[in-house]
Amino acid sequence: MSTTTTEENVLTKKDFVTPNDVRWCPGCGDYTILNAVQRTLPELGIPKENFVVVSGIGCSSRFPYYMNTYGFHTIHGRAPTVATGIKVANPDLSVWMVTGDGDGLSIGGNHLLHLLRRNLDITVLLFNNRIYGLTKGQYSPTSEVGKKTKSTPLGSVDHPVNPLVFALGSEATFVARTLDTDMKHMVETFKAAEAHKGTSFVEVFQNCVIFNDKTFESVTSREFKGDQLLVLKEGEPLIFGKEMDKGIKLNGLDPEIVSLGDGVSEADLLVHQPANPNSAYATILAQMTHPAFPTPIGVLRQLEGRETYDEALCKQVEDAQSQGEGNLQGLLTGKNSWVVEG
Amino acid sequence: MTQPTDSFEEIESAVVRFAGDSGDGMQTVGERFTDSSAFAGNDIATLPDFPAEIRAPAGTLAGVSGFQLQFGSREILTPGDAPDALVAMNPAALKANIDDLPEGGMLVVNIDSFNKMNLAKADYENNPLEDEDFRNKYHLVELDLTNLTKEALSESPLKPAEKVRCKNFFALGFMYYVYGRPLEPTLKFFEDKWAKRLPDVAEANSLALKAGNNLGDTMETARNRYQVSKAAVHPGVYRKISGNEAAVYGLVVAAEKANRELLYSGYPITPASPILEGLSHLKKFGVKCVQAEDEIAAIGVAIGASFAGDLSVCATSGPGMCLKSEFIGLASITELPLIICNIQRGGPSTGLPTKTEQSDLLQALFSRHGDCPLPIVAAHSPSDCFDCAIEAVRIAITYMTPVIFLSDLYVANGAEPWLVPNIGDLPEIENSFASTEEEYVIYRRDSETLARKQAIPGQVGLEHRIGGLEKSEDGSVSYDPDNHEQMTHLREQKVAGIAKSYGPCEVLGDSQGDLLVIGWGGTYGAISSAVRLLRDEGYAVSNVHLRHLNPLPDDLGEIMGRFKKVVVPELNLGQLSFVLRSKYLVDVISYGRVQGKPFKVSELRQKFLEHLA
Repeated sequence: MSTTTTEENVLTKKDFVTPNDVRWCPGCGDYTILNAVQRTLPELGIPKENFVVVSGIGCSSRFPYYMNTYGFHTIHGRAPTVATGIKVANPDLSVWMVTGDGDGLSIGGNHLLHLLRRNLDITVLLFNNRIYGLTKGQYSPTSEVGKKTKSTPLGSVDHPVNPLVFALGSEATFVARTLDTDMKHMVETFKAAEAHKGTSFVEVFQNCVIFNDKTFESVTSREFKGDQLLVLKEGEPLIFGKEMDKGIKLNGLDPEIVSLGDGVSEADLLVHQPANPNSAYATILAQMTHPAFPTPIGVLRQLEGRETYDEALCKQVEDAQSQGEGNLQGLLTGKNSWVVEG
Repeated sequence: MTQPTDSFEEIESAVVRFAGDSGDGMQTVGERFTDSSAFAGNDIATLPDFPAEIRAPAGTLAGVSGFQLQFGSREILTPGDAPDALVAMNPAALKANIDDLPEGGMLVVNIDSFNKMNLAKADYENNPLEDEDFRNKYHLVELDLTNLTKEALSESPLKPAEKVRCKNFFALGFMYYVYGRPLEPTLKFFEDKWAKRLPDVAEANSLALKAGNNLGDTMETARNRYQVSKAAVHPGVYRKISGNEAAVYGLVVAAEKANRELLYSGYPITPASPILEGLSHLKKFGVKCVQAEDEIAAIGVAIGASFAGDLSVCATSGPGMCLKSEFIGLASITELPLIICNIQRGGPSTGLPTKTEQSDLLQALFSRHGDCPLPIVAAHSPSDCFDCAIEAVRIAITYMTPVIFLSDLYVANGAEPWLVPNIGDLPEIENSFASTEEEYVIYRRDSETLARKQAIPGQVGLEHRIGGLEKSEDGSVSYDPDNHEQMTHLREQKVAGIAKSYGPCEVLGDSQGDLLVIGWGGTYGAISSAVRLLRDEGYAVSNVHLRHLNPLPDDLGEIMGRFKKVVVPELNLGQLSFVLRSKYLVDVISYGRVQGKPFKVSELRQKFLEHLA
C-alpha cells in the first residue's frame, strides 16, 4: 500500500471541501466552524492524506462528511475511543475529533475524561450550544439551571458541567475556548491546538439558531461583547471592556473585577500564564462565568512536555523490538515442550 | 484396604482432584501435576474450578477452590466425570467434594486442619474422619500435612507461617509418588519462579515436594501405586496449552499471516483477562495493547485501529458483550475487519463469573439492532482456540466484517497437550486493500466474496468517510429506501456466503443412523466421548461438532436428514436447538444444563441412550 505524501502540493481550503451538500440549518454556527477548520488545515504543513476527522453523534458530528479527508462518523459519545484507536495504530496521522456538549460531556463524558488524561496527540473540538439539537431541543448537560425545554417544561434542575473545568479536572494539557462568530480567533486557536503535542481541548461557543438562539449573546453581540469578553493573550495582563479600562485581579483565591486608574494599575492585574503547571490558575479563569465575570476566550492552559499516550505506547513496542525481533515459532513451542518421536 | 505393593498397577487413565481453601494454592499444584503428566507423555484434560471471591473467608465452603485433571495413555477428551483420587486440604474442601468421590476412591486428607473450628466452618457437626462407615467407604490416607511440612523444613530460614504455606507441594509430592510422576518439571518451575528473587522459597518448596514424595516409600498405607503410560500420539513437538493462551498465539500468528500489525484493546473481565495479559507481554512481536477505560471504549479503540489498517481484536465475556453491542453494529455497517472474543461464563448479568456456560450463542447471533448478521466461530477445546482465532481472522479480513469468536470458561482455563504447528505450514491471509492507481468506490464489492476494499488513512488520494449512517455504494449518506434494502441484503448475503469457504462437515461415526448428536464449543470432549462409548457398544449414533455457528455449514441440513433423531446437548436452555429448529424445521431434541459445570460423559451417554431405545 502506498503512503507517499503530497508535500509538494500547496493545499488550499478547496482541497478540504467535499461535494456533499452541507445539511445544517441555515444560520447554524457549525457553518463558520467548518469554514474555519477548512481554512486552518491547509496552513499546517501536513499532507492532506494524513488528516482524519472523527466524530460521535449529534449535529456537530456530521462534520466528517463535509471534510474531504479521511473521516469516521461513529456512535454517540464514543468518538474519543475510535480516535484513540486510529492514533495508536498510526501516530503519524493528524487526528481531529469533533463533538458536542451532549455527545462529549453527557453520553461520552467518561471517554473524554480518559482521552484527556492519557494525553493522546489529538485535537478535540467541542461545539457547545447548550442544547440537544438533532433530537430537537431537549436541555443538555451544559444548559443553565432552569432551562425550559420540551423535556423540562418547568425548567431544568441540574447543575451544568463547565467544559473547561471538566477538561482541566482531567488534567488536559491544552485547554482553550473560541467563538463561532470570530473566524480569525477560531483559526488562530485551531492552529495552536494542532501545534500542541498532547490532547488539545477546544470549546467552541456555537449558536443553535433553532433551539437555543443567542445563548452566547453576551460574548457574541456587538452590543455586549465589549464589556463581557476577555481575550486571553500569553504574557499580557487580563484587561477587558469597551475602553479596555477594566481588569482582573486576584484577591486571595478569588478573581475580582477592578477598574484601571484610581490607584489600580496594570501591574496589579493577573498576567496570563497558560504554561503555569499548576492548573489552579486556568481553573480560576474557567470558572469566570457570565454575568458575574467577563467570559475568557483563547488558550487557558498549554502545558508542553508531558509524554503522549500514543508516543509512550509505541516506544514500549519499539524498545521491546530493538532487543531483537521475537521468534514466533519459539513462542509457540515455549519453554516446556517435549518431543514425541516417530 | 488394598494390599500394599511395591510395584505399579498399570492403568489406562486416572482422574485426580485437588481441593482446598482458595489460599491453599490448589490451582498451582493442579497445574504442576498437569505439567508433570504432560512431561510423562500422557494425554491430559484439566478443569480448574475456583470461587469468584479471591479470598473468601478461610475454611468456609464458599472459599473452596479445586482443580481436576484426567491423564491417560489413551486419548483424553474431558477432565473426567468423577475423581479416582481426591486431595482435601480442609473440612470444607472435603464437604464440597466428597459426594463426587466414588466408593473405594483414594481420599487424601490433611488431618491437621480437621479441628473444631474448621469443622464448624464447614458445617460438620462431627468429624467425618471419626466415622467408621466413612473410613471404610474410601481408601483413606490421613496426612499430618502441616506438621510433616514443618518437619521437612526444619532447617529452612523461612518463618513458621511461610513454611506451612509449602504444604500444598508436600501433598503434591505425595500424589506424584502414588502416580509415579516425574518431579523435574516442578523443580524447574520453582527454579524459574523463585530461585533468583526468593531462593529460600524455591528451596523450601523443593524440599516439601521431595519430602512428600519420599513419604510414600516409608508409609504403610499408601503403597498402591499406579502407572499411566505414554499416550500414543502423532510424533512432533508438544506443549501444554490453555484455551486463552492458544487464542493469544493464534491471534499473533494470524496477524503475521495477514501482514498487519496486531492491536488488542480490552477491559479486564473474568475469564477473558488472560488474553489481555498474554498479549501485553508480546510487545517484541509488535503487538500493541490498550487497556481501555471500559468495555465500550475497548471495542471503540479496536474499530479505530481497524480503520487505520491494523488487525484489531477485543476480548470480553457476556456482560462486556452487552456493552459492545452498539459498536458491533457500527463495525458491521462500516464493514471493517474486527475480532470480538467472548469467553463465556454463567449469566445473565454478573451471573456465575467463574463458572462455565455456553449461553451467549443467541446473543452473538442477534444482539444488535437492525438486520445485522455476523460470522461466529466457536472453539471446542483449549488448543482449538489457536485454530479458531486464525479462522476468525481469515473470515474478518477476507470478508471485511467483524467476527465473533466464542470460547468459554471451561475451554479458556482448561489445558491439554498441543502438537505445536509449524507456522510456515499455515496459509497466508490475503488483504484486499484499495489501490491508489484506481478510483476508490467504498462499497464496490468483490464479485466472489461481496467484500469491499479497504483504504487506509495515509494513502494518497483515497480520502473517504465512513460511518454509522446508511451509505450508497459510493459512500455518500443515503436515506433512499431501495438503497437501504439493497445494502441490507448485500451485507446479509456477504455473511451467508462465507459458508462456501468451509470444508465439508466432519461426522464422527457413520454418515447416517439412528441418532445424530450436534454440539458446539467446549462440550466437544464430553459429547464425543459419550458417542464413542455408545458406538463401541454397537449403537448407530454419530456426532457433528460445529465450529461455525454462523453461517451454518451448507451441508448440515442434509446430514441431519440422514438420521432418525437429532439431539443437541448444550450448557444453556437450548439455544442451538432454537436455531436449528427455525432454520431447518427439524424437531431436534434439546438437552440443556446450566449448573456452571461441564457435562459428564456418563450423563450424556445415558441421555443419548434414552433416544436410542
